[in-house]
Amino acid sequence: MSEDTGRVVLITGASRGIGAACAAAFVAQGDTVVNLSRTACPVPGVENHSCDLSDPTSLEAALDAVEAAHSSIDVVVANAGITRDQLSIRMSDDDFESVIATNLTATFRLLRRSLKKMVRQRSGRIVVVSSVGAYIGLPGQANYAASKAGLVGMARAMAREVASRGITVNIVAPGMIATDMSEALGEERLGAVMSTIPAGRLGSADEVAGGIVFLASPSASYITGAVLAIDGGIGMGL
Amino acid sequence: MSDANFEKFKTCAVEVLQVDGDKVTLEARFADDLDADSLDLVELVMALEEAFDVTVEEDELEGVETIGQAYELITAKL
Repeated sequence: MSEDTGRVVLITGASRGIGAACAAAFVAQGDTVVNLSRTACPVPGVENHSCDLSDPTSLEAALDAVEAAHSSIDVVVANAGITRDQLSIRMSDDDFESVIATNLTATFRLLRRSLKKMVRQRSGRIVVVSSVGAYIGLPGQANYAASKAGLVGMARAMAREVASRGITVNIVAPGMIATDMSEALGEERLGAVMSTIPAGRLGSADEVAGGIVFLASPSASYITGAVLAIDGGIGMGL
Repeated sequence: MSDANFEKFKTCAVEVLQVDGDKVTLEARFADDLDADSLDLVELVMALEEAFDVTVEEDELEGVETIGQAYELITAKL
C-alpha cells in the first residue's frame, strides 16, 4: 500500500475538461489523486486506472484496485459524462440509454461503493457534477438533461441517508464552460446560448474546479444536498 | 452458542451502534431497544462481515429485527 499524501481523492473522467482541472487543483493542495476513465489524466502525479465506467465489471475491477492501493477514500468527484445530442424526435433508444448509463447509472454504482467505504470511515465528501442543462434544458439534450437532473435527485437522497455519519454529498451545476464538450456543440448552437449568459463569456474549467474543491474542503462541512451553480448567472433563480 | 463468538459479535455491536455492552442481549430489538436505524444495521453487518470473514447478501437481512437474529445469521455461516 502506497504512502498517501493529504487526502485520497477519486475523480472520474479526469482526462480532460473539468475533471482534469479538478485533478490539478487537488494535486496542488497536496492530495493524492486517482483518476478513473478510459484515457489517462495528463496532470503529473495522478494515479490512473483505466476503465469503462459504463461497464459494471470494468468499474468494479478498477474500484477493487483503488481500494487495494489506498487505506481510505476521502473525496469522490463524480464528473465523467458524455453527450449524444440529437433532437428528441430523432433520438434513438441507444442515444438515450447510453447517456443515462454513463452519466447516471455508472455514477450510482460508483457512489454505492464509495458510500460503503465512507460509512465505515464515518467521513467523506462526495461532489457530483450535474449541469445547468438539468434545469434549463438545451435543445438536443433530452438524454443529457435527463441524466444530469437525475444526478441531483439521486445525490440528495444519498445525502439524507449518510449525513449523520459526517459524509456530505453535494452537486455542482456548471453552465457553459470552455471545454471540448462545449466546443462539440458547434458555433451556431454555442453562439445562440452565449447571448443568454449574464457574464457574457464561457466559464473556465478552473472556475468549476474551484467550486468542487471548496465543497470537498473542511470549510464546507455543514453543506450537504446543496446545488452550487457555477454558470455566470445563466441559471439564476432555478 | 460459543461465548467467544458472541463476545466478538458484541464488540462490533458496541462499536457500531455506540451502546453499552450490557444492552446487547439476544432479545434486544435494533429499533426499539438500541435506537438503531436501517443504516446502523447495514453498518453493523459490514463490520461483522469483516470481523467474521463472511458475506451477507442483501436479502438475508430481511426480517432481522433482534440481536439474536443477527447473531444467528452470522454464526450459521461459520
